[in-house]
Amino acid sequence: MINIQLSDIPLSADECTELVKDPSAGGVVVFVGTVRDQTKGKAVKRLEFEAYAPMAVKEMYKIATTIEKKFGATNVVIHHRTGVLGIKDVAVVIAVSTPHRKAAFEACEYAIDTLKESVPIWKKEIFEDGEIWVAAHP
Amino acid sequence: MKIKLVAFGIAKDILTHRQQEFVFEGSSIADLKSNLLERFPAFSDLKKLSFAVDEEYQEDTFLLSEDKEVVIIPPVSGG
Repeated sequence: MINIQLSDIPLSADECTELVKDPSAGGVVVFVGTVRDQTKGKAVKRLEFEAYAPMAVKEMYKIATTIEKKFGATNVVIHHRTGVLGIKDVAVVIAVSTPHRKAAFEACEYAIDTLKESVPIWKKEIFEDGEIWVAAHP
Repeated sequence: MKIKLVAFGIAKDILTHRQQEFVFEGSSIADLKSNLLERFPAFSDLKKLSFAVDEEYQEDTFLLSEDKEVVIIPPVSGG
C-alpha cells in the first residue's frame, strides 16, 4: 500500500504509523522531519514551504514505488507539509513497514535522501533580519 | 517560440511572477535556459536549474512546442 499526502494541515506521525502497520510486517520505521530553531547559529523564526503540487505528489509516488521494489516494503506512507511552519512543527513524515527491520531502516533513509534531491518542494527560512531560500545557492 | 513559464521558490522571486508568457529564440530547454540566464543573470548564481514539462523533469535537449507550460525548478529543499 502506498499513501502520499501533500497538505497545509498539521501532520501526524501516529496516523502514518497506524497506516503502515500490517500483519505481515515485523518492523515499522518512521522518520519525522521537524523545524529546527537555527541555521549555522542564526535564529530561525519560521519556515515557509511551497510546492509544485502535482509534480511533487508524482515524485513522492515514484520514491514509494521504488521502495516497494528495492526494499520489499509492505506499506509506504509519505506525508509532506506546505505553508507556514513554526519551530518543532512537523515538515515531513515517512513511514515504512517491511517483513524484517533492517530493510525498513534502509528504505526510510533512502526515501528522505531522495525526497530532498528530487521532489519539487521549497522552503524559505525566515530570520529576524531577512529570509533565504534553503539550498538555492552553492 | 512563446511558452507559458511557471516559477517556484527563488525562481519566482527572480522573475517576480508565478506565471508569464515568455518569448525566446530557439525551441529546446537548453535554448530557454541560455535565454533566461542572459535576461536574468541571478539564475547563474543558483546551484542548479532544472525544468519540468508535463510534471516530469526534462533534459536540455527536450524540444518544446508553442504555448507549452514549462516549470522552472530551482534547487529543491523539501523535508
